[in-house]
Amino acid sequence: MEDNKKISLEICFGTACFVMGSSAFQDIEIQIPPQYRSKVEVKNSNCLGVCNDSNCLKAPFVKIDGELMPEATVEKIIKAIESKINE
Amino acid sequence: MSNKDTTRLKREVLVRLIRAYMNDQMEIIRELPFEMRPKNGEAPYRCCIYKERAILRQRAIAGMGLSIEKDDEMTSLNVYGRECLRRETPEEEILTVVDAACIGCEPSQVYVTDLCQGCVARSCISTCKFGAISIQNGRSVIDHEKCKKCGMCISSCPYSAIVKRTVPCENACPVGAIQKNENGHAEIDFSKCISCGACVAACPFAAVHEKSQIIDILKQIVNGKKVVAMLAPAIVGQLPVSINKIAQAFIDCGFYDVIEVAQGADITAKTEADDFKERMKKGDKMMTTSCCAAYNELVDKHIPELKPFRSETRTPMHYTAEIVKKKDPSLITVFVGPCVAKRKEGQKDEFTDFVMNFEEMGAMFVAMNIEIANCKDFEFKYEASKEGRNFSITGGVAESVNKALQESVKNLQPTGINGINVKTVRDMKNWAKKGECPDGNLVEVMVCEGGCVGGAGCLNSKKITSKKVQEYAAASKCIVDTEAKPAHK
Repeated sequence: MEDNKKISLEICFGTACFVMGSSAFQDIEIQIPPQYRSKVEVKNSNCLGVCNDSNCLKAPFVKIDGELMPEATVEKIIKAIESKINE
Repeated sequence: MSNKDTTRLKREVLVRLIRAYMNDQMEIIRELPFEMRPKNGEAPYRCCIYKERAILRQRAIAGMGLSIEKDDEMTSLNVYGRECLRRETPEEEILTVVDAACIGCEPSQVYVTDLCQGCVARSCISTCKFGAISIQNGRSVIDHEKCKKCGMCISSCPYSAIVKRTVPCENACPVGAIQKNENGHAEIDFSKCISCGACVAACPFAAVHEKSQIIDILKQIVNGKKVVAMLAPAIVGQLPVSINKIAQAFIDCGFYDVIEVAQGADITAKTEADDFKERMKKGDKMMTTSCCAAYNELVDKHIPELKPFRSETRTPMHYTAEIVKKKDPSLITVFVGPCVAKRKEGQKDEFTDFVMNFEEMGAMFVAMNIEIANCKDFEFKYEASKEGRNFSITGGVAESVNKALQESVKNLQPTGINGINVKTVRDMKNWAKKGECPDGNLVEVMVCEGGCVGGAGCLNSKKITSKKVQEYAAASKCIVDTEAKPAHK
């Protein structure tokens, strides 16, 4: 991984995502381990636009470097960041 | 917030139930556990998908507002779906236990760990009042027949070698109303239960469920009734948009009108201020507030000696619903809040028809594809006060009474109970006996720590919502400038 390129983490705060769990990501910056924090750029989104009738049950969604993660949890997000950094 | 995965499951079940009902497809309820845990799929939490399906099936029963205790496990969810659609009023008991989920938890016990050094002091033996500890093979051993789980040995051990394995729901209950039965399932004694919801919040398996009235409420809308949502002050900050957008989302779901419960809180505050003034004139030394539904149940069931000191004032929910019903008795009133005990109060209240918590509200918006950020700003017809809008925060009720007392009462000293537990219950019993509280004369009681924003039915963290509620309140007018009149007794 290039040293100065940050990992982009997009959090969805749309209705479905918020209700199904992205409320727990409101303070994701402090939940990311300190050694990784400077390498991640967190962006909040009103809606990532991936919900439709059937897959909104897979909410909350986040995007890590453009890759969609359904049923996201803090643990899954941190693990994904970790593996990106150690790539 | 803990228990994220379990709350997510609860909400997904609700979303699916609401969708099925709104699409007039209640018959697909039977498939819900299979849809959520399909053949050859993964079982993320339990031993196998069959166990997870059994639990999801029970969650669906609670979601339809029925008792899991009455389920024989053979009846199809469709049968329950029809029962849910048929009933006119919600069931009386408001909580139910998912026994399939509950069984994972061992009974509470005090035991000696390997850290025991078999010391000479043997302080554990000398502190045990029940003679339950003896030395065997050079180590302390507890006789569980004699042990009363008082915990004295735990604090006496210099090696911290004795521990208590607790059952979270039993531990959280302030009145000893929930206990494991001989089958290992938690059982609620409703004659003792004060509906505070501590067990709902405490269970790491999310095994204690509120019996939802969401289908009953939607049924009213579908049947063409005019349904009014009454939003509790703690709603501000539950979702990442303004209260005006949340209110509009209700309208978009088919509700007829929306009203802030802060409007009723203004009446409660002014009525309580009058009550306080009168009592102090009479020479009373203490008055407690009366707006917390779980506190009212606590007094009625466990501390009746406190009744004479509790204000006679009705709750903000009651006054709000009264305003709605006086305008048009055919309107259906739905209280929307964070509180478990309000369900019980709603059953007794002559003006409140139904109660919905914030989780169910969120599930409803998701099921109906409402994108709250895109909702218009709803305008409330009445502008509630700063104090009324602050009711849901610890200290907010006492402050509102204080502000509403236009002429100053000598020595008004607000104090309060912020979160109830075994110890604070004991304190209150003492105050009732003495007829006074050493810390003040206006005692605000909040059964949930932090106030209503700490309730079991919340969507967002207490920290964030408290901040948002206070910001919203700060921008509002003072209670003395509102048109709210105290209620007549």
